[in-house]
Amino acid sequence: MTVTTIVLLALGTYAFRVAGPLLRDRLRLSEAARRGLAVAATTLLTALMLTAAFTEGPGFAGWARPIGVAVGGVLAWRRAPFVVVVLAAAGTAAGLRLLGVP
Amino acid sequence: MVSSSVPRGQALEPEVRRDIAAMAVAVGVVGLSFGAIAVASGLSIWLAALMSLLVFAGGSQFMAVGVVASGGAPLAALAAGLILNARHLPFGLAIGHLLGRGLAARLVGSHLLIDESVAFALAQRDPERARRVYWISGITFFVVWQPAVVLGGLIGGAVGDPAVFGVDAAFPAALLALLLPALRDAATRRAALTGGAVAVLTTPLLPAGVPVLLALCGVALLLPLPRWARGESS
Repeated sequence: MTVTTIVLLALGTYAFRVAGPLLRDRLRLSEAARRGLAVAATTLLTALMLTAAFTEGPGFAGWARPIGVAVGGVLAWRRAPFVVVVLAAAGTAAGLRLLGVP
Repeated sequence: MVSSSVPRGQALEPEVRRDIAAMAVAVGVVGLSFGAIAVASGLSIWLAALMSLLVFAGGSQFMAVGVVASGGAPLAALAAGLILNARHLPFGLAIGHLLGRGLAARLVGSHLLIDESVAFALAQRDPERARRVYWISGITFFVVWQPAVVLGGLIGGAVGDPAVFGVDAAFPAALLALLLPALRDAATRRAALTGGAVAVLTTPLLPAGVPVLLALCGVALLLPLPRWARGESS
């Protein structure tokens, strides 16, 4: 890994990041388009959440992780505090692994 | 009224600050692990710190280091990292108006755009509140990420695998908790779950980052159905 690679990755990433905030004013967005963008962001985050919960590299992550996420999800749905959700998910996954669940 | 470019010191509710702090702890643990893995893969601690400062996107940092460590060319590492980070473009379009009006606020605020700050901002209903949450969470994660990476690099292998503590489950669970309010809307849920299913099912087949982008096809479900297809539902 060279400084050049790092700087190029940083520049490209920043270009992706800054494009939206700079473009958003120039595009005259309809209400529907604005809603579409919000749904798109939620969809991307949901996809990130699901792929992070179920996959590791190209394969299945094992059961400990998705079960931990599911426990956290149920708690969140029951309106448990965020901290409890995060700790319960981590604790469940870690506990299952101690029991030998991959 | 004071809606200038930089957020003023209006305090957030203690609950929101506590939530951001909880996420920051998880970010810190992942930062430790990135520092340790980067140094173990032969990156100097300086380059790991430089990368964290300039790139500030955990997934792509792990990816780039991993590609190089497994013998890949720097160009391959660059491409893999950029594909993974392409999602920041639609994120920026969705939340760009929350950064503030001035050019400086947009240029600086853009660097704080990561999955976690976007998720926190989207979880707020009131735009003014979302703007404060975006800035405060983004700055918090940035400020935690940098020293954590350096510390991880110094400690090295003793940091261990974050999976032992279940941190790998904490992140998706935190995202899920932040997404739930938006997912209560049926149309949003349909788009998000369809897209998410596409992403999970294509993950074994496509390079990392592409499946998540493919999830955007779920948004097409928002389009009104042609008249003949509109049945009794809705």
